[in-house]
Amino acid sequence: MKLLRMTPGKGDVLLAEGDPAVAEDEERLVAEFRRQLDLGMWAAVPHEGPGGSREATMVRDFSEVPVGAERVIFFPQAAGG
Amino acid sequence: MRRRYVRNTARDRRAEQRARELLRATAGAEALDTYERFGLLSVEKDEYGYLIYPHRPLVAYDAATGELLSEYCVRFRDGSDPEAGERLPDADDVLAKWMALRADEHELIRTANVHPLGRQLDPAMVRRDLEAVRQWRR
Repeated sequence: MKLLRMTPGKGDVLLAEGDPAVAEDEERLVAEFRRQLDLGMWAAVPHEGPGGSREATMVRDFSEVPVGAERVIFFPQAAGG
Repeated sequence: MRRRYVRNTARDRRAEQRARELLRATAGAEALDTYERFGLLSVEKDEYGYLIYPHRPLVAYDAATGELLSEYCVRFRDGSDPEAGERLPDADDVLAKWMALRADEHELIRTANVHPLGRQLDPAMVRRDLEAVRQWRR
């Protein structure tokens, strides 16, 4: 699993990568996930929906990330423009 | 000394290329194709559809009739690197809106400032864009 963050001037940057089934990796992924949420980011998990459509789910805790997810994408919280 | 935004065309072009690759990997090749052809994405959920412009309002429309409804102004600003500015690359901005709409349409719409049509975007242009996207998909 990769944790990516959208950033101005760079596009997405890799924050952390690992196998959540490996305790050491999971600890690192969870710590980075929490850090991004503390910084005010939103987290989305892309996945396939019914019929192969592309979908995304917002997650607020690492435990909500579906098993087998390839990536979590962090981006700034939306604000009214 | 306080750092501030410095325009860097080469950096921004690289960032946009990277963002387009993430758009393709996340929303799919057709979404990237739509973005590269028309400069926008479109999403339809039940009775409503949205045209997603980079760094401009979302425009909601009636999915059945194509009637334009409202502008929804929403921003994703990131001040973590003052030299790079606060704006995500265009393709990241549309992907962020796409993901937020796919995941939780009501939350994003509740966050947005709602304006009547024509506040920021020319309704005639939006109608042309919507028709062009729909024609292309047929």
